[in-house]
Amino acid sequence: MKMRLLSRKATCNTHGQDSSYFLGWQEYEKNPYDEVLNPKGIIQMGLAENQLSFDFLESWLAKNPDVAAFKRDGKSIFPELALFQDYHGLPAFKKALVDFMAEIRGNKVTFDPNHIVLTAGATSANETLMFCLAEPGEAFLLPTPYYPGFDRDLKWRPGVEIVPIQCTSSNNFQITEAALQQAYQEAEKRNLRVKGVLVTNPSNPLGTTMSRNELNLLIDFISDKDMHLISDEIYSGTVFSSPGFVSVMEILNENNSLKDQVWDRVHVVYSLSKDLGLPGFRVGAIYSNNDTVIDAARKMSSFGVVSSQTQYLLSAMLSDKKFTRNYITQNQKRLKRRQRMLISGLQKAGISCLESNAGLFCWVDMRHLLQSNTFEAEMELWKKIVYDVRLNISPGSSCHCTEPGWFRVCFANMSEQTLELAMKRLKAFVVELTANGCSQSRTEFSSWNSKRKSLPKWVFRLSSRDREQEEP
Amino acid sequence: MRLIVPLQGVVQGRGGLLLGSLIPCALFYFLQLYLKRNRSSDSSVDPPSPTGSSSNLTELQRSSSRSHLSRDGSIGRIRVSSLASSLAEPNDSPYYIGLEKVSEDPYDRFNNPNGIIQLGLSENKLSFDLIEKWISENLNQSLIGNDVTLNINAIATYQPCDGLKECKEAVSNFMSQMMGGSVNFDPSNIVLTSGATSAIEMLSFCLADQGNALLVPTPYYPGFDRDVRWRTGVDLIPIHCRSADNFSLTITALEQAFTQARKQGVKVRGILISNPSNPVGSLLSRRMLYYLLEFAREKNIHIISDEIFAGSIYGSEKFVSFAEILDSEDFDKDRVHIIYGLSKDLSLPGFRVGVIYSFNNNILSAAKKLSRFSSVSAPVQQLVTSMLSDERFILEYIEINKNRIRQIHDEFEARLSQLGIECARSSAGFYCWADMSGLIQPHSEKGELDLWDKFLNLAKINITPGSACHCIEPGWFRICFTTLTLEDIPLIIERIRKVVETCKSSA
Repeated sequence: MKMRLLSRKATCNTHGQDSSYFLGWQEYEKNPYDEVLNPKGIIQMGLAENQLSFDFLESWLAKNPDVAAFKRDGKSIFPELALFQDYHGLPAFKKALVDFMAEIRGNKVTFDPNHIVLTAGATSANETLMFCLAEPGEAFLLPTPYYPGFDRDLKWRPGVEIVPIQCTSSNNFQITEAALQQAYQEAEKRNLRVKGVLVTNPSNPLGTTMSRNELNLLIDFISDKDMHLISDEIYSGTVFSSPGFVSVMEILNENNSLKDQVWDRVHVVYSLSKDLGLPGFRVGAIYSNNDTVIDAARKMSSFGVVSSQTQYLLSAMLSDKKFTRNYITQNQKRLKRRQRMLISGLQKAGISCLESNAGLFCWVDMRHLLQSNTFEAEMELWKKIVYDVRLNISPGSSCHCTEPGWFRVCFANMSEQTLELAMKRLKAFVVELTANGCSQSRTEFSSWNSKRKSLPKWVFRLSSRDREQEEP
Repeated sequence: MRLIVPLQGVVQGRGGLLLGSLIPCALFYFLQLYLKRNRSSDSSVDPPSPTGSSSNLTELQRSSSRSHLSRDGSIGRIRVSSLASSLAEPNDSPYYIGLEKVSEDPYDRFNNPNGIIQLGLSENKLSFDLIEKWISENLNQSLIGNDVTLNINAIATYQPCDGLKECKEAVSNFMSQMMGGSVNFDPSNIVLTSGATSAIEMLSFCLADQGNALLVPTPYYPGFDRDVRWRTGVDLIPIHCRSADNFSLTITALEQAFTQARKQGVKVRGILISNPSNPVGSLLSRRMLYYLLEFAREKNIHIISDEIFAGSIYGSEKFVSFAEILDSEDFDKDRVHIIYGLSKDLSLPGFRVGVIYSFNNNILSAAKKLSRFSSVSAPVQQLVTSMLSDERFILEYIEINKNRIRQIHDEFEARLSQLGIECARSSAGFYCWADMSGLIQPHSEKGELDLWDKFLNLAKINITPGSACHCIEPGWFRICFTTLTLEDIPLIIERIRKVVETCKSSA
């Protein structure tokens, strides 16, 4: 009786929480690593969080105590802030935010604060854009591998289908014309009307920036097919080496005739959760030149208005250009150093990864460690890594990758010592794995089988479910 | 011949039987295919007719649910969704027009004394000074945490999206205090959301499917149309309440509305009530609460009780929360869900703190996942935890705030009465529900809107016409008094008097 009382949305699985991506976090929560209290615990390498540059934020706050105390020029502005719930947002904050976004893009693009809508995080921004651009049952094309959260953000409440643009390691997972066309045809076969393409640039989970070629390809494609393009640029500030970041807005600016055609169907999503390391603040944004979209999205943002206190604090911080310039540069340096650490640690374990220049993670190639070139084998390897090696990393299947054996490993959410320890554990594991004969060994498989009974049941449902989430 | 005249073939009985049955079947199949294809490209289902008043002038939500709209939301060739198209249209409802006009020409005692006075938005400025004082004495610790050294790690990183444990504990304690200490709220039954607006939408998603409906007594808070209908596709069906009953919910009206909905083939999933009521300001009696619980059990539906004004009681009647009844009696707890927030009782709408309180673990589980889309910002949670944990401050605040609301309410209502404007009996909230039916000409929605227009453009006061709240009797207006000081009242009464006189002279 009780379950029937709930709506279909409340009881279905479209929230995607059952994916291995989220389940790994749960296992981590049960047994989290702590240097002192739990040194044998699971190290979290599945959370894309930037904890490397908090000291800059802290020192800024210490130098500007008035801001945190709701004062402006010594006078309390608390009443204003406490009552301010206008979804248009604090003008000073919007200006500071668009300036920050421009700075990240080397000031090659400028943004108009009147075309920005504030939302409670990029999660909310993507979901709101879906409500604005598509009817339930329509579809968006997404290049694989993609951020697992998109399944929830696009499909759950807005009811939008995702059709994958299959990318492969043969060309470093870049988007090709053929893949785009194939995805479009696949959608047609499934009787789905495609409303647009959603890409993450820089990519999660790949950690690479999109090439100009790919961007041009995308713009031509959406122009030709009369659809929208959403560019989720949440990692735009984390680009730490060449070739550097090119935003889709920059490409549009360079080409006037193209610009006229597609001006009102290219939308950018941004957030301060990655670049500024402030996911707890819940600050996201939609940027669009389409007045209808902005108008509608703004009204929908009633459901996730950014708190006035947060807006005020951040407007002061982001208006401090000296601070932002320094922060952006230093942060990128630290990310680069940390990425190098991870790569070198992986190399010592005989593991390589996709060459990347951005993001808070690496796309790691463990295909050679699989018992067979299948997703079942990937799942088994993943379980070993979570339970035996005690590292929570994200399996490629949870990101809908077409090839088994790839994993996303985060590097910016822990201390250097923890990262070193993680690499040590991984190396020991690989050594043992290869010492016991080749990875395709049957004995490994049978000893794994005998351990099955001790593992919770959900772990075995994963293989089939993750594959179900894969498009045919 | 057998092909063309299957019947003949059937009659002749030579293979004709086969063709005679095949051809109609084939035709039927193709017809179904054609219909199905057309239907799937037009995914909207015909909804029940719009609720509330039918006049164009007072249609509050043109975008009542997605299914109302045609699919052609086109901008040039490129379509946005039908929802976006309808939302992007300029808002023609008086509720929103009034708000906009005030923002263009807002009254300020010194800088703009001829501006429009905002009496249409429920804000409580009466007790700000208390909160401000607390902030100035306590803030440094609250923003960043209780450590002496600044530790941004605690607030910057990803938090559980349904709220920090300490914050939930502080909020549940606060709710207990707000409701007179007669209920114990369990923090594990709480999901924190970015404002009560979001909480109501989330509950609607959890309790009803697209095309279902919730029953709601009129007059009701205009924002419900947005919160329940916009993105969920759930409809609101009014239960009309009348002045003769002081706009209280009656059993007859409730049962009638339910039966009517069922006759029209609409599945009712719950009742949405605000208690204390917005806009009337009345409280539901204990007896009515019991009745609603029985009704919900009998019809197998939910109750959503929006208790956001529970701490703003100025009358002598005691407020009874659903939680109090469920605490003490043996009712089915799984059906009742309470909405709360800090926007009214604590005057902090800018901070975006809303609460879903439910005893139903399945609902809590679904709401927790949904809260990913509208979480409360972590620094706000820190601040709020600190503030609400200061029990002495909270108790003092509640007392002083109540007294101040009572004072302004009594004075304002008395002065209105002197002008011949009586209000519905109320014990709580920020509004007077004023009867101006004697002033409108004609006695209809049009007359009401003409009067509203006079108030807005001649007297330069923004008040909310009853039709925006779906009131079935024309001439009632919602006036918020908690943005006023005692000194403001004479000016406002003067402006209202001018309108009253204009109406009387033209009658």
